[in-house]
Amino acid sequence: MIFEVKDASFGYKKGPDILKNLSFSVNEGEILSILGSNGVGKTTLLKCTLGFLPWRTGCTYINGKPWHEWKNQEIWKKIGYVPQAKRSAFSYTTEEMVLLGRNAHLGILAQPTKKDYRFAEECLDMVGMSRLRGKLCNEISGGELQMVLIARALATDPELLILDEPESNLDFKNQLIVISTIHKLCRERGISSIVNTHYPEHALAISDKALILNRDGSNSFGNANKVISEENLCRAFDVAVRIRDFMIEEKKHVCVLPIDVLSRDINEQVTVVEGRNRFRERRRTALHSRK
Amino acid sequence: MKKKTELIWVIGITIALVASFLIALGVGRYSIPIKDCVKVLLGMKVDDPNVKTVLFKIRLPRSILAIIAGAGLAVAGAAFQSMFSNPLATPDTLGVATGASFGATLGIMLRLPSLGIQGTAFAMGLISVGLVYMISRVKGESSLVMLILSGMVISSLFEALVSLIKYVADPQDVLPEITYWLMGSLSGTSFKKLWIGTIPMLIGIIILFCLRWKLNVLSLNDDEARAMGINLKLMRGLTIVSSTMITGSVIAMCGKVGWIGILIPHISRMMFGNNNKYVIPASIGLGATYLLLIDTVARSATAAELPISILTAIIGAPVFIILLRRTGGVKT
Repeated sequence: MIFEVKDASFGYKKGPDILKNLSFSVNEGEILSILGSNGVGKTTLLKCTLGFLPWRTGCTYINGKPWHEWKNQEIWKKIGYVPQAKRSAFSYTTEEMVLLGRNAHLGILAQPTKKDYRFAEECLDMVGMSRLRGKLCNEISGGELQMVLIARALATDPELLILDEPESNLDFKNQLIVISTIHKLCRERGISSIVNTHYPEHALAISDKALILNRDGSNSFGNANKVISEENLCRAFDVAVRIRDFMIEEKKHVCVLPIDVLSRDINEQVTVVEGRNRFRERRRTALHSRK
Repeated sequence: MKKKTELIWVIGITIALVASFLIALGVGRYSIPIKDCVKVLLGMKVDDPNVKTVLFKIRLPRSILAIIAGAGLAVAGAAFQSMFSNPLATPDTLGVATGASFGATLGIMLRLPSLGIQGTAFAMGLISVGLVYMISRVKGESSLVMLILSGMVISSLFEALVSLIKYVADPQDVLPEITYWLMGSLSGTSFKKLWIGTIPMLIGIIILFCLRWKLNVLSLNDDEARAMGINLKLMRGLTIVSSTMITGSVIAMCGKVGWIGILIPHISRMMFGNNNKYVIPASIGLGATYLLLIDTVARSATAAELPISILTAIIGAPVFIILLRRTGGVKT
């Protein structure tokens, strides 16, 4: 599947564009990593890409056909979405949770069949979590829940996986497991992936392409090795960065080391800053008029 | 949940329902031996001619109404809980029940026929749940607190409107009718009334029963549910309309019968976990049994009939507390 976004921009209601001039594409079996600082709009970007929020300009294309020309259910047979792991009010067992991924293949009144159950169990196996069978989703660890959600997306039998910060809130080992599982799935099954991540190292380790969102609304897209450079990271995160290769046991590892913070301000969300400035200005004029 | 224990529960619920049905037919001012009840139901002759009259004119329609209404209220509660992914969402907490009872009191005051009362109850129920839904939604999600708060607000608004109607109603005949009806009763049900009144309930129950697995998908948050390829608007609409239709119709026929929408789904969840594939059928069985037993007690415990809502609360509250404490709360 070829997944593209062309000339897209987005902004909330009457606000300014948060994302602009976005164009990127993912081919079959490719992994695209999206990097950017907190609040720059990574999750918003995914939501727009998936049609949960409307693009202001531009459009998402699947196999060259614009998003709105596809039937809703057809799209979700091709795309599996993995949200950030959150606990829910009603907790299902892991199999029940994974089974929900079969929904796109079932009609309105249809119930999942034995075949669907078997497929769901296979998906749980695929991510190496068959030991979780029969456990409740609220009783397993965060890392395990993330894997279950990946399995749920796989149960759709997708051609493209879209993951929102899959390795956040996880420890070392679980991060590695999640990342390598995504890598393995893409290599072995030819599934493409779009991954939001906070870790340039993970992006370098697994992805073919990368998209870096900058705080001024600009972005860089291209091959991961080229785009994830010291210069680009420095611009996006306001941090001086060194990227070094290591050979450990005949295998190349890339290390991304932040050395110094360039500006001391903690990044605020772009829209919040705008709003606050307006508020300050209004207060200032109010004070002046009182004098 | 293991297959075997599941089967035992299913058989258990079915037996309980059948047993309470026979008890409901036999017990009362004019007590009939269970043997005779079965005989009459099977179309065989019984010595006492009164038995047939009592059964067909009074007890059978009343028991059938109890079964359908109990099942309906329980299913509506279970569906609302899943849809709002909120264990406290019920027809009562969402303001549907008060909305519908306002609609029905309005219908009674205007002296509408029973079909009209059904209609006004349904319409007002729909309006109230629509209002609660709109008020509670912040950024595409309705939080637990917001939902309950807006439910309370809308509930008390319609409560006030009910009081207003009571205040202006004719104290000679309309006011007592409204007051007794509000306390809930299944009395005076005939087969003719049954057909008109229970059709909306049955349609609602059937729709929700068919959607039972989809309710699991609905309980995810908006984006996740959409990414499962579900038609969110259609599914939500169907769920709300069916649940409201059931609630409105039950309220129009039997008055305000509280507690079933929260008590029964939670008991089902404690037995079967949260999968609606099991919760919905279990709620149907248990809800029917519960209301049937409550109604039997209501009409035979004392010389005068007790209002149902009093009994559902008096029995429901302690049972619920005991269950919550013993199972260590709802499986979340």
